[in-house]
Amino acid sequence: MSNFLDQLFSRKSSSASQAKDRLQLVLINDRTALTPQAMENLKDDLLEVLSRYIKIDSRAVKIDLTSQGRQQRLIADIPITGPQKRKR
Amino acid sequence: MAATVITITSGKGGVGKTTATANIGAALANNGQKVVCIDADIGLRNLDVVLGLENRIVYDLVDIVEGRCRLRQAMIRDKHTPELYLIPSAQTRDKTAVSPSDMIRLCDELRPDMDWIIIDSPAGIERGFRNAIAPADEIIVVTNPEISAVRDADRIIGLIEAEEKGPGQLIINRLNPKMVQQKNMISAEDVVDLLAVRLLGVVPEDKQIIISTNNGVPVSIDGTGLAGEAFRNIARRIQGETVPFLDLEASKGIIKRFTSLFGSGGN
Repeated sequence: MSNFLDQLFSRKSSSASQAKDRLQLVLINDRTALTPQAMENLKDDLLEVLSRYIKIDSRAVKIDLTSQGRQQRLIADIPITGPQKRKR
Repeated sequence: MAATVITITSGKGGVGKTTATANIGAALANNGQKVVCIDADIGLRNLDVVLGLENRIVYDLVDIVEGRCRLRQAMIRDKHTPELYLIPSAQTRDKTAVSPSDMIRLCDELRPDMDWIIIDSPAGIERGFRNAIAPADEIIVVTNPEISAVRDADRIIGLIEAEEKGPGQLIINRLNPKMVQQKNMISAEDVVDLLAVRLLGVVPEDKQIIISTNNGVPVSIDGTGLAGEAFRNIARRIQGETVPFLDLEASKGIIKRFTSLFGSGGN
């Protein structure tokens, strides 16, 4: 009975799943030694380099760190809107 | 005989390293194995009291390393389990009194006469931790299902990998099945998922641990509770047996079963 009530009231977000979500982010930051600020800088630099070669829609860019087991991956989804004009 | 050296570590303090060392050591010795437990927490000696051997200490780890006694003179034989020995830590010195190579030399000297050498590491990631993992063949990381303990365990696992000391194995200690069920404690599955290491065992929170520590007798040889059973299972897994994990949610004592009939038990 109380199990049922627990489930009913834990709709928002249980403290256990909050802990898990927070840990997921903290562990990725710890393992890569990248602070959220450093991650922002990385994204900016990456886009700057890419835009020398291709035209990108910087608002639609998605760059995220994910983990698979104990391995971290940087996943980037960068829509290209067209060729960059060559600056010779 | 050539002993396997197992170091028990955690990063964060107070998660149950010493309790795990004492219980695993006692359970292995109770299974007929020759075991020596080494307290590598210099300056904060504790394994002696958990094993109830504090009144028998004459020499300690630093005395061996500095040549004031022979190895055998510092090995204290357990009262209850004759094949269990303790090498106590020094209380009045600090971690710089011993080096990683001292620990390797000490373990190499012990290996021929023992089946298992279990080292209780101090908390932290400094010299004391380096000393404790230097001779290790296997490393067990102890954590609690709680944010800071899991984070520190992850850091330790990373350091072990960097030292090429293998992936390490995990013990989740002090899990409260009821809180997990109420979604107020991270589950063992989630901890394993986050840390991505092999799970060696889950030990439930158990009042018996405090009582047995008061008495100086490990629950793994004395207790009838779930924690004792969990530690005995861990010892069997270390010996290579396949032992299924305890079903912590299904295990209810008679009193709990009785109260749950009237709806106050809640599970």
